[in-house]
Amino acid sequence: MIMETLLTPTLELDKEGYLKNPAQWTPELARDFAAKANLVLTDKHFEVLNWLRAKHAEGVPLTIRKVGASGIVDIKKFYELFPGGPLKVSSKIAGIPKPASCI
Amino acid sequence: MKSLVILGAGTAGTMMANKLHHALNPVEWKITIVDRDNVHYYQPGFLFIPFGLYQPEDVVRPRTDFLPKGVTFIEQEVDRIDGNHDQVILSNGQTLHYEVLVVATGAEVVPEETEGMKAELWYKDVFDFYTFEGSTQLAKKLENWPGGNLVINLAETLIKCPVAPLEFTFLADAFFEDKGIRDKVNITYVTPLSGAFTKPKATAMLSTLLDEKKIKVVPDFYLARVDNERKVLVSYDEQEVPFDLLVTVPVNKGSKMVERSGLGDEDGLNFMPTDKYTLQAKKFDNVFVIGDATNIPASKAGSVAHFEGEILLENVLSYIQGEAMEARFDGHSNCFIETGHGKAALIDFNYETEPLPGKFPWPLLGPMDLLKPTRLNHVGKLAFKWVYWHMLLTGKTLPVPTHMSMSGKITEEEIV
Repeated sequence: MIMETLLTPTLELDKEGYLKNPAQWTPELARDFAAKANLVLTDKHFEVLNWLRAKHAEGVPLTIRKVGASGIVDIKKFYELFPGGPLKVSSKIAGIPKPASCI
Repeated sequence: MKSLVILGAGTAGTMMANKLHHALNPVEWKITIVDRDNVHYYQPGFLFIPFGLYQPEDVVRPRTDFLPKGVTFIEQEVDRIDGNHDQVILSNGQTLHYEVLVVATGAEVVPEETEGMKAELWYKDVFDFYTFEGSTQLAKKLENWPGGNLVINLAETLIKCPVAPLEFTFLADAFFEDKGIRDKVNITYVTPLSGAFTKPKATAMLSTLLDEKKIKVVPDFYLARVDNERKVLVSYDEQEVPFDLLVTVPVNKGSKMVERSGLGDEDGLNFMPTDKYTLQAKKFDNVFVIGDATNIPASKAGSVAHFEGEILLENVLSYIQGEAMEARFDGHSNCFIETGHGKAALIDFNYETEPLPGKFPWPLLGPMDLLKPTRLNHVGKLAFKWVYWHMLLTGKTLPVPTHMSMSGKITEEEIV
């Protein structure tokens, strides 16, 4: 029990609830985040989440347009899977930073 | 004789032509720079033209005025890069062989990407200010516009000069106040981002400006089409924003030449995959990319091109000499943000660090204030036009460090 506690790192979230360290992400965590957004994740959701994480790791800036060109979903489907600002919502669930500009 | 070819004689291309001409032995290296025209625009000036603060002639000069003698300028459109054969093919069929290629072809606005944008209302009630034509047409419109719903919109998030639409909004507020018709204008800022400000410190320090200036923000709005009949913006999730006058930043894309060359990013925006630290193109070792043409996660801004230029020069020289490339770009960007009525804020940041408050470039002494609207910052922004034409383009070193410095910045721990 003590070892488990010692081995479980504390999840660091920023002020808006986004994971500070993308390496701490797990599919279970994704399901927790999704539940808070009233979403139940399907395989399709995870396809998008994994794609987002891979692109983030590559260091390329993400846009809804880019997700729509991913070959996994088009823009309409992206909105259906993650309603209400799909990149904002899916980024949180994927454990990557919120889409942002320079300011 | 070896060949170094630069594509694009805008801000970044011109700087690199000067820096490389200074650094390379003209007996060993021939430098050629190609652009489709000989018209160099000071793009930061486009923001001021709609409000009559600059005249069109203030922002235009011949490209050749800033290119060194000894560098060959070819005024031709580039058809494509044939990276497998180390050559560039021009529209007139001429081919240019290169040992090293620098791509500086920039980004352009493409209103055709959005349904209904370049349609019946284009340059009547729908304008951009990111082009010479757009900003000068908008100036004519604003001279006599009696008021109504002014909507400022970003069609996409990956735009050059991301702060410019916000600056336009602040300047518009001041413009209508000075004209005595601010109460006849509703100003709405419509953005695909989750707010006008997305970084914590910038939000804390500048977002009050929006309330003070009675600017409404519609966030999470990803523009799908412009309905010309009903004069309404429609988003992908069917939100609607009505307008009388729409000032939009259309989708930005890299040069069509990049698409023709098969060298664009997979999202179809024609930005070239580039190493964010070394500025080497991902596809070809002897090709380097600088400025708005890259796909790196830095802002698309003139200051970024300037800081990249210092790094790129070192890396091209290392590459030529067969040495390891050690210079690393840190994403440094330094930008003024006009806030209206003769004041501006200044932001200084990089890949790792968001814009922070404090003084720039020296702690305590400044003289510029970060993230705070001041008159001195505004003077700095206006003075920059002179620096641009006389120092930056000709590759001179500016008294600002290439890598972002934490010196003078106030971090969380220091704020009590």
